[in-house]
Amino acid sequence: MSALWIVLAVIVVLAIVGTSVTLSRRSTSRGRAAGTSPPAVRPKPPPPAPSRPSAPSRPSSGPPAAAETTSAPSEAPIVDTTAPDTTVVDATATVAPSPGPEEAQEQSADVVAPADLRERMGKTRGLFSGYVRALRGRGSVDDQTWDDLEEALLRADVGTATTTALLDDLRQRTHRGDLRGPDAVVAALRDALRASLEGTGDIGLALEEGVTNVWLFVGVNGVGKTTTIGKIARQQTAEGHSVLLAAGDTFRAAAAEQLEIWATRAGVGLVRGAEGSDPSAVVFDAVQRANARGQILVLADTAGRLHTKVNLVEELKKIRRVADRPPGRVTEVLLVLDATTGQNGVTQARQFLDAVGVTGVVLTKLDGTAKGGIVVAIQRELGLPVKLVGIGEGPDDLITFDADTFVDALFD
Amino acid sequence: MFETLSDRLEGIFGRLRGRGRLSDEDVDGALREIRTALLDADVDVRVARSFVDGIRLRLVGQDLSRSLSPGQQVIKAVHEELIGILGGETLRISYASAPPTVVLLAGLQGSGKTTTSAKLARWFRQQGRNPMLVGADLQRPAAVEQLRILGQQAGVPVFSEATDPVTVATAGLNEARRLGRDVLVVDTAGRLAIDQELMDEVRRISDAVSPHFTFLVIDAMTGQDAVATAEAFHETLDLDGVILTKLDGDARGGAALSVKEVVGKPIAFASTGERLADFDQFHPDRMASRILGMGDVMSLIEQAEREFDSDVTQRGAERLMEGRFTLEDFLSQLQQVKKLGSLGGILSLLPGVPKELKQAGTSIDDGQITQVEAIIQSMTGKERADPSLIDGGRRRRIATGSGTSIQEVNQLLRQFKDAQQLIKSPGMLGGMLGGRGGKSAQVLSEQMGDLASLAPGGADAFGELGMGLPGGSPPMRGPGGGGGKGLKGSKKKKGGGRVTPKAGGRGRQP
Repeated sequence: MSALWIVLAVIVVLAIVGTSVTLSRRSTSRGRAAGTSPPAVRPKPPPPAPSRPSAPSRPSSGPPAAAETTSAPSEAPIVDTTAPDTTVVDATATVAPSPGPEEAQEQSADVVAPADLRERMGKTRGLFSGYVRALRGRGSVDDQTWDDLEEALLRADVGTATTTALLDDLRQRTHRGDLRGPDAVVAALRDALRASLEGTGDIGLALEEGVTNVWLFVGVNGVGKTTTIGKIARQQTAEGHSVLLAAGDTFRAAAAEQLEIWATRAGVGLVRGAEGSDPSAVVFDAVQRANARGQILVLADTAGRLHTKVNLVEELKKIRRVADRPPGRVTEVLLVLDATTGQNGVTQARQFLDAVGVTGVVLTKLDGTAKGGIVVAIQRELGLPVKLVGIGEGPDDLITFDADTFVDALFD
Repeated sequence: MFETLSDRLEGIFGRLRGRGRLSDEDVDGALREIRTALLDADVDVRVARSFVDGIRLRLVGQDLSRSLSPGQQVIKAVHEELIGILGGETLRISYASAPPTVVLLAGLQGSGKTTTSAKLARWFRQQGRNPMLVGADLQRPAAVEQLRILGQQAGVPVFSEATDPVTVATAGLNEARRLGRDVLVVDTAGRLAIDQELMDEVRRISDAVSPHFTFLVIDAMTGQDAVATAEAFHETLDLDGVILTKLDGDARGGAALSVKEVVGKPIAFASTGERLADFDQFHPDRMASRILGMGDVMSLIEQAEREFDSDVTQRGAERLMEGRFTLEDFLSQLQQVKKLGSLGGILSLLPGVPKELKQAGTSIDDGQITQVEAIIQSMTGKERADPSLIDGGRRRRIATGSGTSIQEVNQLLRQFKDAQQLIKSPGMLGGMLGGRGGKSAQVLSEQMGDLASLAPGGADAFGELGMGLPGGSPPMRGPGGGGGKGLKGSKKKKGGGRVTPKAGGRGRQP
């Protein structure tokens, strides 16, 4: 690929975009706009207001003890640190994970059998099932059949390209006489979806002996990275692995506090830094500490970031590089994806895959009305498997992905 | 997928131009492409269907425009229709006679309610109001703390307590009255539309505080789920409007259209970034362009305005136009442009970019750009200013310094020289393609003019460039006035430059 195109591309962008900028600047004679020099990280927010307890046992999950209206600027200093910039919040053996509001109803010491995905997704039963019923009811395969199937797939966020590919194949087979009747077509579609989702990737989570495993959680804003880490921490601890959390989101207000609550719930420790500090340093410190204590697994949270933001993607690459230095090894890079995401999910997956090498997808919020069909396109186009599925906000609401169950839940 | 809708429509309409009317068959093909474009943009399947049916009625029997190609004509009609739906009436924020004016935010988990609450409060403050925030999300760990921090940044007090959401909201309202605040923004927990219990809860919160405005906060990357969610929230809360978040991503945002159709209430605000200031009124015209995959040029330009160093840009643009563009200039401009995102991505957003360049753009990857950067950075200032100095020894040094090979250094130098020649040749952009046997400058200019008319405010910029094409007119003028909206603040009209699609840079041959 020639450099010529790069040069021309830059020139064209400069010509179109840059010229407009220059013109408008001149005519409004504005002063220099904010952000003229590229910050390596986003602008740092001012120090947070309330004081943060560093004591290990936090009885409540969040809201302050009394009603208060804060308006005064911060008085409390950042908590003391053990390492230069980071704080370690240890969970001692005597701290029982405390119940959050929703947990009060379903308290359990061990990891319970996860809630049934079909049951959770079944709350929105009716999307495919309605189409399928109508289809079968007509008895023969006609144009309406294909229209209905197309609509069902599109409404599940499978996307136009994948839908077209799947249905073209089915149509051909029907024409050839391989598939007779709507039942056969529906069954064939189910099989095709299942096959797409099974792929070849190993959907177990990698834990290697003799290294400090780092599982890096990446994704855009609001998808559920922190909550997922909390759930995984609990699961892995129940399986007997020693887990440490790294609060690698140093940007979002109260992000470390949020993860801290999850750490407490799971009975694991947490390494955090000051807000606005370097996320790579936090992850590095966590790896060092885990290694020193013989802990096999570090779960590293990162700030939500849009894949379109070049400097943030660079930051993420750096976090990965740092985490991958011995004694650490990045054995999983999990892209957390919201099931409500539309076609942009494929773009997200592609960009994060290119940037930091994603090993698997965690599909969250599948207990809602969204079908999460975007993962079909992601698997087909990028070969990325879904490893885990989030089905609620509670600490146990995370199950291993199963293609059969996923597809069945779509159709029933 | 990377071929734009306009490219595909061009393909369909082929030879048709300036004669007769659009027939049923002509329109069928176009409508299929439009439907696909809408679905790729995440517009709800049923909304896309009814939209396309509506467009069909508008298009069949329409006279073919003389100045626009059929493809452009169709896009224009679609674009206008979208704007009509997305825009319609704007939301007027009116304030309660007995303060405080209560604003309630609701939506799914992760949609951006907490950040939006703070942004909204800040916005009210900018309007001269005295707002207060209530943290009624007691579900998400540290949600209240997050809101407190944001409230601090926004200069707005935050109230919360460890009771339950309905009680907090009520107490917050009382507190606001006690403190004499005139606007109350209530953040609530994210909840699934099908969670009956939580939907009942938000209804009770609403009943408790009687909001004057209830907004659904929805993520711009939401797919087909948008309708189900919007319907459920609207049924429960009787929404007054929608706030669209995370528009700084590259999701096309079809959810906006779906929600608007289903809820029928205005999209009141657009959130375009993580900073509290990244919050603005919603622009239906930009959204329409975005959904059609035509890119949101104005937002890109605004982002460039924020991120570019104006001196660097100005210098670069001037030197470009004067034909004195050096490797040094190129390096600084490259670094600027990188701030906007991936180069290939930007190219695909911009209208009027020649097809060949766009296609090439999709295969540009960051590694190649970094390599080019590294090579130039390994040069001395003199070398960058005058590459003819660079002999074998220097090439070797540069190659070593940048971790590349001598061949790669040679290639860059050679191709940059080619680019310089192209730039200098009469008619900058026309020359770029003329030499490659691509479209003629005239066609290019027309295309850019046509498409420019669809990019509001961009018309002037594109017109400027169009005027740089064969005809020998000086490539750059002062801020153009002329048809349509000018650029921000651009009021002066210099020289003879009227820049509308029909005039200006349209094939004025010498």
